[in-house]
Amino acid sequence: MAEDKSNDILDEVTQSEYKYGFYTDIEMDQAPKGLTEDTIRFISAKKNEPEFMLEFRLKAFRHWKTLKEPRWAHVNYPPIDFQDIIYYSAPKKKPQYESLDEVDPELLETFEKLGIPLEEQKMLAGVAVDAVMDSVSVATTFREKLEEKGVIFMSFSEALQKHPELVKKHMGTVVPYTDNFYAALNSAVFSDGSFCYIPKGVRCPMELSTYFRINAANTGQFERTLIVAEEGSYVSYMEGCTAPMRDENQLHAAIVEIIAKKDAEVKYATVQNWWPGDKKGKGGVYNFVTKRGLCEGENSKISWTQVETGSAITWKYPSVILMGDNSIGEFYSVAVTNNYQQADTGTKMVHLGRNTRSTIISKGISAGKSNNSYRGLVKSSRRAENARNFSQCDSLLLGDQCGAHTFPYVEVGNRSTIVEHEATTSKISDDQLFYCLQRGIDMEAAIGLIVNGYAKEVLSKLPMEFAVEAQKLLSISLEGSVG
Amino acid sequence: MSNVTENTTAEQHMLKLFHANFEQISTLDTKPITALRQKAIDSISEHGFPNLETENWRYTNLEPLFLADYHIDFSNQSRPFDIEKIFTCDVYDLDTFSITLLNGWYVYKNAPLTTLGNGTIIGSLAKAMEVYPDLVNEYIGNATDINQPGLAALNTAFFQDGIFIYVPDGVEVEKPIQLINIINSPDPIMVHPRHLVIVGKKSKLTLVHCDHSLTHNISFTNSLTETFLAREANMEFYKIQNKGANSAVINNSFIKQKQDSNLISHTLVLNGGFTKNVINAELGEKNANTELNGLYLVDSNQHVDNQLFVDHASPECHSEQLYKGILDDEATAVFSGKIMVRKDAQKTLAYQNNKNILLTDEAKANTQPMLEIYADDVKCSHGATVGQLDPEAMFYLRTRGMCERTARQLLMYAFAAEVVRKITIDPLRERIDQMIEKRLKGELSICDQCVLHCNSKEPTVFNIDVSKL
Repeated sequence: MAEDKSNDILDEVTQSEYKYGFYTDIEMDQAPKGLTEDTIRFISAKKNEPEFMLEFRLKAFRHWKTLKEPRWAHVNYPPIDFQDIIYYSAPKKKPQYESLDEVDPELLETFEKLGIPLEEQKMLAGVAVDAVMDSVSVATTFREKLEEKGVIFMSFSEALQKHPELVKKHMGTVVPYTDNFYAALNSAVFSDGSFCYIPKGVRCPMELSTYFRINAANTGQFERTLIVAEEGSYVSYMEGCTAPMRDENQLHAAIVEIIAKKDAEVKYATVQNWWPGDKKGKGGVYNFVTKRGLCEGENSKISWTQVETGSAITWKYPSVILMGDNSIGEFYSVAVTNNYQQADTGTKMVHLGRNTRSTIISKGISAGKSNNSYRGLVKSSRRAENARNFSQCDSLLLGDQCGAHTFPYVEVGNRSTIVEHEATTSKISDDQLFYCLQRGIDMEAAIGLIVNGYAKEVLSKLPMEFAVEAQKLLSISLEGSVG
Repeated sequence: MSNVTENTTAEQHMLKLFHANFEQISTLDTKPITALRQKAIDSISEHGFPNLETENWRYTNLEPLFLADYHIDFSNQSRPFDIEKIFTCDVYDLDTFSITLLNGWYVYKNAPLTTLGNGTIIGSLAKAMEVYPDLVNEYIGNATDINQPGLAALNTAFFQDGIFIYVPDGVEVEKPIQLINIINSPDPIMVHPRHLVIVGKKSKLTLVHCDHSLTHNISFTNSLTETFLAREANMEFYKIQNKGANSAVINNSFIKQKQDSNLISHTLVLNGGFTKNVINAELGEKNANTELNGLYLVDSNQHVDNQLFVDHASPECHSEQLYKGILDDEATAVFSGKIMVRKDAQKTLAYQNNKNILLTDEAKANTQPMLEIYADDVKCSHGATVGQLDPEAMFYLRTRGMCERTARQLLMYAFAAEVVRKITIDPLRERIDQMIEKRLKGELSICDQCVLHCNSKEPTVFNIDVSKL
């Protein structure tokens, strides 16, 4: 009987629809479909970019043409026609607003639905929001307050106009355009993104947050984020995503680069809830992202926290290159897949400096007919004396149609490194359920309780404002009304 | 025989060699076997040999192995001779039924096929193909997946001889069968021995497989063993490798298990220039059990790669993997273990563990413990560690008044003992135990102390530098 009940709940879960599925009708200024050097020149000209940027894009494009689409991930999808994608689309009205009143009301409505604390909520939440609506930044808040501290937080295009030297110096140093197929593609056609620069010794006074949002159908979104934390600085950065419900698959190939100099600390949190496709696996966002941080200086620290509930296919490995001695890399992840979703996600910790440390905690939850893979690399080079890694990758299976996989790679090249990896795969045990039931907790609440407890270790690492949203997302993607 | 050049790839070279010598290779073939060879050749043309981009070979580079100008014996060059004259097993009190392969060909004193009193057939595969064609055809090639880059296809194309063992239903073979694979050739030689082991219902077999070289010349062994365990069959499989620095051994082991069958495999790599052991175990019916243990102690620039694949294709099966290694000098070790739990293989229990100790900064350990799971009512876990001896354990021993050197040796010995104590053949376990102890003390010269007697004039001294521990 207990089993029937749990099946009901799973059914309910499966039937819970994507709540953020809507589509905003705004006139677009689009590039023609397809990808040629002309497309790239068009994008670059549209954005009035400096010459070096165009050259960078063209170099990346030429390199991209020599690459083959990678197929090694544990995901299946029909071949992507890269010539059938619109590589640039921007809201037509130029986002040069004096105040929020001038912002297209429809756009504001979209943000409202998403619950972005842009207007009334901004003081309450204390969050500076650089909201990205299909590639072009439309509103930036808290700019003044940040400027006082010398923090630069603006859209990538704006940074290219105002601080080209900073962009030129750091862009592509962590993820070069030669890195992989999608990184090359992004480097060639990226439309916009966020740029964040924390000067020496500054502790960023608030959590920085960017909401990404895919809007027009058929528009690949190619974001590029660059965060530079100078010596002794600190920043906590949040990125959250929701996407409207559309039938065609949408390609998203972003790049995030983080550079942490000596004694700097960067925390990067993501809640990703893009449209995963419908219950039959139709549609959904393809999320092929390259995220990498470089702990360049001594004692620097980069921490990735992610809650992945969306996308038809997630393919991302937020990584840390631990170059500086005593630097620290962290990766905390909850990945939930349901229906026909596929996720191949994990991290890479590359230990190059002495006494570097890394921690990996990954929690995968699979339901429906989904496949959820952890793929991670821990590498310790010859020079990385006393490097230390601890990895724990757990998978929870809900339903007998789903798959949970673990593919860790450990490469150790010196004798003083200690690497520990452990992983378990199991379902919610009958014992746990029984215990909850006999305490008078109903089945629905029990499953919710157990799943939340399972993910707690990661959720507790999220900034508070995000943790609330993350828990909500977990509920939506998995538990139906269970919370 | 021309070797691989800039203009010819290893695949092209081997294909050419196959077609040029097809007459000789297929002399003893039955029709199905010739068909099997053809399939293997097609697979090589299609998939090629593995390279560093092949997932299971990403840490093991095969390319240099094909560069030597190998000689292949396409006919049996060995005359009937008394193997004891050139080879004696060093485990004196190990009472086995011993069979020998010289350069891939069966060496016999009396008959190429022996039938024991209980009906067990032991002997040459080439002869078995002739005498028991139906039996051989029923099984051969059935456990092997040749449709992927790997050397299983190469073996299938080129094999001519090997060991054939058939244990009828309900028979317990009392003595272990010891298979000694000897390479003795003045020129670089490539061999493709093929072994077929069939264990009947409720039967029991212990097989000890030793790889051994008599000379220090370059050799390349690409062997393939297919093992079939019927219902309630039990098999214990030992693989002991102690070969010279110039030898390359690739062992492909494919095992198919029926309901309630048990397999215990021990892989002990004590020496060998290049070693790759592939074990594929398919748990095809419910309640089949597999236990795979391994120990590798490697030094200088040896390379050892253990690739395991346990396929839980049925419910209620149980598998365990425990592989441990100690790496010295510039040795590299690879562990890639995969547990696959198929859809509906509910109530699976699967564990996997790989532990490595690195003694130098030049040694490298690459480990990939993988889980691929498509059923929900399962308990699977894996763990992997790379590191050094536990400082707390060290401290404990030091507080008991033990000197640092002794404490270290003791801990290393204990590290290896976890695998060694699983060996159930007493004389073998004791011998290996002693050997490991000596080796860890730096007292072991492999060629006169090891399990496998070796007549080399220049014994290599295995030195673990204790100060590095």
